[in-house]
Amino acid sequence: MSKRRPYVRSMDGWWKRDAYFVKYMAREVTAVFVAAYAVVLLVGLVRLAQGQAAYEGWLAALKSPLSLVFHLVLLATFVYHTWSWFNIMPKTMPIMFVGGKRVQPGMITGAGLAAAVVACLAVLLIVRGVAS
Amino acid sequence: MKRSNEPIFWSLFGAGGMLAALIGPALVLITGIAVPLGILFPADTMSYAHMLAFAQSWIGKILLLAVIALFMWHAAHRIAILLHDFGVHAVTVVKVVCYGLAFAGTVIAAWTLLGL
Repeated sequence: MSKRRPYVRSMDGWWKRDAYFVKYMAREVTAVFVAAYAVVLLVGLVRLAQGQAAYEGWLAALKSPLSLVFHLVLLATFVYHTWSWFNIMPKTMPIMFVGGKRVQPGMITGAGLAAAVVACLAVLLIVRGVAS
Repeated sequence: MKRSNEPIFWSLFGAGGMLAALIGPALVLITGIAVPLGILFPADTMSYAHMLAFAQSWIGKILLLAVIALFMWHAAHRIAILLHDFGVHAVTVVKVVCYGLAFAGTVIAAWTLLGL
């Protein structure tokens, strides 16, 4: 039996070594906030099914300063998610050709971000229209 | 050769990521900031009566399930990989827990919506 303990370089904090990795990490960590928001909505849905008093308790909780600050953080991370999602899209989607020419990465990112702005405005306007 | 299950999870990840990228910021702004503060939207936008009617309609059920479930599947996939990045190498356990939680969330949402 060998008692050698070969040196293995620690990987702790590997992502802090390079700005590219930091950007990767920032993008991937948005998932934690996406999950948190999904849980907030799921709790609201379950409370809705439990009746008016339960649901209004959830609504009141949303009005607390802590919740408002939390949702401001969520909003910032969701905007970052949108930005980073379309930034990596040229790499995650199949290469696209239009008229025999490769669609440039900047075009794909730009079109995606434009679509997101339109979709967000549409959601805001539709909800406003339905609610009033 | 055993078929990989990766395409299923990656599709759910991609669909959730796309949905979150397209409308996520608007949803957070509405449900978490504007309506609680009583700005931009009528005060009763998310009232019990309104939300119950919404969750009882088929379009509402589909939208609610799509947002909750796909956001969860998107996050589950990324968090599973993140844990690996932070040195948790029990790949199977991590995947079972992450995808299992997303699955549980999906079932709870679907079950609740069908019961309304």
